[in-house]
Amino acid sequence: MILFDRVTKLYANQERPALDEVSLEIEKGEFIFLVGPSGSGKSTFLRLVLREERPTKGQVWVAGKELNRLSNWKIPGLRRQIGTVFQDFRLLPNKSVAENVAFALEVIGKPASHIRKVVPEVLEVVGLEGKEERRPDELSGGEQQRVAIARAFVNRPILLLADEPTGNLDPGTSVGIMKLLDRINQLGTTVVMSTHDQAIVDQMRRRVIELEGGHVVRDQSRGVYGYAR
Amino acid sequence: MRANFVASEVSSGVRRNLTMTMAVIITVAVSLGLFGASMLVRAQVSTMKDFWYDKVEVSIFLCGKGSDTPSCAGGPVTGAQRDQIKADLESLKPLVDKVYYESQAEAFARFQEQFKNSPIVDNVKPTALPESFRVKLSDPTKYDVVASAFAGRPGIEQVNDQRKILDKFFQLLGGLQLIALLIALSMLVVTVLLIVNTMRVAAFSRRRETSIMRLVGASNFYIQLPFLLEAAVAAGIGAILAVVGLVFVKIIVIDQVLAPSFQFTTFVGWDAVLAIAPLMILVGVGLAAIAAFFTLRKYLRV
Repeated sequence: MILFDRVTKLYANQERPALDEVSLEIEKGEFIFLVGPSGSGKSTFLRLVLREERPTKGQVWVAGKELNRLSNWKIPGLRRQIGTVFQDFRLLPNKSVAENVAFALEVIGKPASHIRKVVPEVLEVVGLEGKEERRPDELSGGEQQRVAIARAFVNRPILLLADEPTGNLDPGTSVGIMKLLDRINQLGTTVVMSTHDQAIVDQMRRRVIELEGGHVVRDQSRGVYGYAR
Repeated sequence: MRANFVASEVSSGVRRNLTMTMAVIITVAVSLGLFGASMLVRAQVSTMKDFWYDKVEVSIFLCGKGSDTPSCAGGPVTGAQRDQIKADLESLKPLVDKVYYESQAEAFARFQEQFKNSPIVDNVKPTALPESFRVKLSDPTKYDVVASAFAGRPGIEQVNDQRKILDKFFQLLGGLQLIALLIALSMLVVTVLLIVNTMRVAAFSRRRETSIMRLVGASNFYIQLPFLLEAAVAAGIGAILAVVGLVFVKIIVIDQVLAPSFQFTTFVGWDAVLAIAPLMILVGVGLAAIAAFFTLRKYLRV
């Protein structure tokens, strides 16, 4: 699903690369935790997969395509296969829950009949049935993140990238979000989640990739957040 | 393409950015109006040129009693000289279209008619006015041919081209038109800058939407279309206002004020307005397109 082949990313005006000769492979259907301190390269990793950045050296393959050779007009097609969730939810405050989810379909030109059908379905998957007409500011943090996940998942992506999705949530709410991401993973979507949340990683026992200073320092199946100290 | 969706995005964008959109509409209207006005002056100048050049003639004044130019040293023109000049003029056909002779008596009659309300008439005797040949050229610009052939010949006091007097007038009008055009061009530049700025503000105020659109894989076209349409709608309304203004100028200023007061000349017709209006709209659309091109490339990249 994702293949990094000796990928180096050096931002302009920076001496140390954000990612340094990183090679790794993520299989279809996997659930990956991306851990490591701030500035270790997690966000750069996700941005490279989304083709928001290009690698300085090396190749990034996503869903069978080498992103360096992907022409600009094909980038939207790539992103339609990838769902993205952020720590800060990134909902539109002046649109209702259903409208926020529908927005993702409208802007890629889906027909209204299709939207009317799939939006209630995905809101049921994320457990927001009955709250379709609420505005984001009328929802709790956990509910807002569920809307964001619904928006990311409504197009049934093959890959879901989650950048610290529980970073703004309390532990109890986080568990609910993790159950939801796990369920989406069960439905066949590969999930890559960057996180600082030790309890969640230890509890889920999934593959953990740890980055530090732009290097992969650990890649462990059924791992925990850090080595026992 | 979801037309409803795009339309609602555009209308909400315009509402959010109402003051800036108004500014764009007014600037577009004013700058295009000036542009149209300068085009109208240009059309007017060419209409007047057609009208007047058709009427101008070359006057060959013959020596009279009081003439003191060197070519008149031999005294008043003789009958033989006069006949020779006429024959030579006739030989210049087809450049010389028509020649007619104006005697001193005829010149005096015309003078009396022209200045009939002026006391100067009483002090002028028929013999004070020169007799002349009035020559109409098939091509008024070839005046020099006639001038070089006749100026300085014995019996001829002076060769006058009425076109020279008109040319000064047309130069003045042409200068005014150039100034109007320069002002219009600088206004058009201001308009482009204003549209660029407006779109930048719009892009900034909608950055949440556009960042989400990029993430979920909306195409460039879909992301940029609402901005393009906003600019196009504003520029279009401005252009229409400018055209309305031009029509207003034609009906009120030209047809109802100028034309009745200055009946000695013709004014531009509706054909000129019809030719200028599409040009104005084209320039307006072009402006918006240029502005959009620069803005979108810079602020709305995927």
